Amino acid sequence: MSEAQMKVSDEIAISIENMNKWYGTFHVLRDINLDVQRGERIVICGPSGSGKSTLIRCINALEEHQQGSITVDGTLLSSDVKNIDKVRSEVGMCFQHFNLFPHLTILENCTLAPIWVRKIPKKEAEETAMHFLEKVKIPEQADKYPGQLSGGQQQRVAIARSLCMKPRIMLFDEPTSALDPEMIKEVLDTMIELAEDGMTMLCVTHEMGFARQVANRVIFMDAGQIVEQNEPEEFFNNPQSDRTKLFLSQILGH
Amino acid sequence: MSDTPNIGFVRHEPIPPSAPPIQQAGVVKWIRENLFSNWINSILTILSIYFVAKIILASTPWMWNGVWTTSSLRECREVLQGTSGACWSVLVERWNQMLFGFKYPVEAYWRPTLTFGLLLVCIAPILFQKLPRNMLMFSAIYPFLAFWLIWGGTLLTPVVVALSLIAGYLAFVKMERLTGFATGLLTGVVAVALVLYLGSFVTAALPEFIALEPVASRDMGGFMLNLILGTVCVSLSIPLGVVLALGRQSNMPIIKGICVVFIEFIRGVPLITLLFVANVVLSYFFPPGTNLDLILRVIIMITLFSAAYIAEVIRGGLAALPRGQYEAADSLGLDYPQAMRLIILPQALKISIPGIVNVAVGLFKDTTLVSVISMFDLVGMIRGPISSSTAWTGIYWELYLLAILLFFVVCYGISQYSQWLERQLRTDHH
Repeated sequence: MSEAQMKVSDEIAISIENMNKWYGTFHVLRDINLDVQRGERIVICGPSGSGKSTLIRCINALEEHQQGSITVDGTLLSSDVKNIDKVRSEVGMCFQHFNLFPHLTILENCTLAPIWVRKIPKKEAEETAMHFLEKVKIPEQADKYPGQLSGGQQQRVAIARSLCMKPRIMLFDEPTSALDPEMIKEVLDTMIELAEDGMTMLCVTHEMGFARQVANRVIFMDAGQIVEQNEPEEFFNNPQSDRTKLFLSQILGH
Repeated sequence: MSDTPNIGFVRHEPIPPSAPPIQQAGVVKWIRENLFSNWINSILTILSIYFVAKIILASTPWMWNGVWTTSSLRECREVLQGTSGACWSVLVERWNQMLFGFKYPVEAYWRPTLTFGLLLVCIAPILFQKLPRNMLMFSAIYPFLAFWLIWGGTLLTPVVVALSLIAGYLAFVKMERLTGFATGLLTGVVAVALVLYLGSFVTAALPEFIALEPVASRDMGGFMLNLILGTVCVSLSIPLGVVLALGRQSNMPIIKGICVVFIEFIRGVPLITLLFVANVVLSYFFPPGTNLDLILRVIIMITLFSAAYIAEVIRGGLAALPRGQYEAADSLGLDYPQAMRLIILPQALKISIPGIVNVAVGLFKDTTLVSVISMFDLVGMIRGPISSSTAWTGIYWELYLLAILLFFVVCYGISQYSQWLERQLRTDHH
């Protein structure tokens, strides 16, 4: 276990209890129970359609859950818009397709939310943005538009954009799935660096090397349920359920 | 295995970039490729040239021989002695009526002319982002100034209206922060009404304070009327269209229902019937004694009409945005008005520009329909007072050519601007 995997506190960052969600009549998440400690880095994997993306999208209320409770940093997610906005401003999210704002420059992408949500003066927000753009190693692209950047660069901007809100928790929804193989590494490096800084992270990904290197815990989901969770070494070397074994043999087998 | 070729390959020296092959150029080649590439194209080219030449040969002498100085159509015919020629003198004699209508006081022509000139100054900073932003101050004042210049009366009237709007805005901002959007809006409306009511005493007491000679709405006419209706209705219907489009997407069933019913109703009704409603029926909806100005009634109707169309255009733009944009805005903690204003609408409106311009151009041309409810706009003037005057009865081509020219210049200008704007807003590939 690397050094980064050590720093976990007892404080609960996210607490999900008996959470259920349906799309129409389709039961997409079934009885999810999950506690995430501050500083913990969790990788969620599973076959497509298993509900792993839906699960982390419930945490910042991009998807509504119908039963059970989700508490993020002590704020209970309900239909109250104020609570939802509060949680969202504390939780950063990176998407599979980056979702940068194409009509704004890279710098404007990064300063928009701090200026309008946090009410930070423009100058200060720009300094923060440049700081994080340097951290993801693309400060020289600040005045370009997202359409002019490569996929890997766009995803790093998306990470910087989230970090500019100084979130306490980061969610990653398959951040490398839409990238060319050459660009996956630069994004993963950025995420590893983030993990080493002690960020609480939930990451839906199939990058098992990343999971081994930084995760404290790997969660395997299938058919809307958490099937297995364990420390990465145990999870990969000694999977318990047949479904997990099959999945691992399929993604690691070639 | 000696007959299998060796497939191993390693490049040791990169291929240096070189210039593309020189294009074969020349006029003859272009003509041969584009006009006479095969026998069908050749026939079509010759036919087109024949028709274009025919039209030019027939119309040029007619325009060139035109008479400019007579005072009636009969005199024109005497001068022309049966040869082909236009009677341009009708334009020389009646240009002022075609531009300003036949009842607008001649000595006040400078007022609408100045208003039109200032209109260009007013829209310049809105159309061109590079111009200094403080020019927008003038754009904000312009509507009130324009009203005063065209309708005349005391300057106090537009000042009171402007003050009431400022008061309403301040009240709205203050109350919104304290109690929320709905009560803020209500307080704002009350503040507007209050200031208008108090202001009406001031304007009644001082009708001669910095006053211009008042001109009644029924005396407006000519191309000026088309321009007034066009600019006012376009600038009002875009914000209304945005509100309707957002309302139609709303999660709140009542708001959504109202917007859907409104849009579908308006789109299912011809504009001309709405104008008749504005002309005769609308006054039944107001308390007896209130005499809502005819131009105002027509403006309301045309605005509602085009707002419904613009709403549909913008809805198309909203639907074209990937869902990820909404989610990214949400995930950053932006609230609904912020997400709409900063992320969604700038992109949706950009996509909608061609559609909005299409509606705006159509709307501007549709303002000629008011001639049917006996308002004397440019077409109304031609159909009515000018064609039926004894001196010029029977003259059509020259008058309608001017009308076509005026409308074409404005509409073509709008369409060229929109294409320029689309190029400016393109950020996806430079």
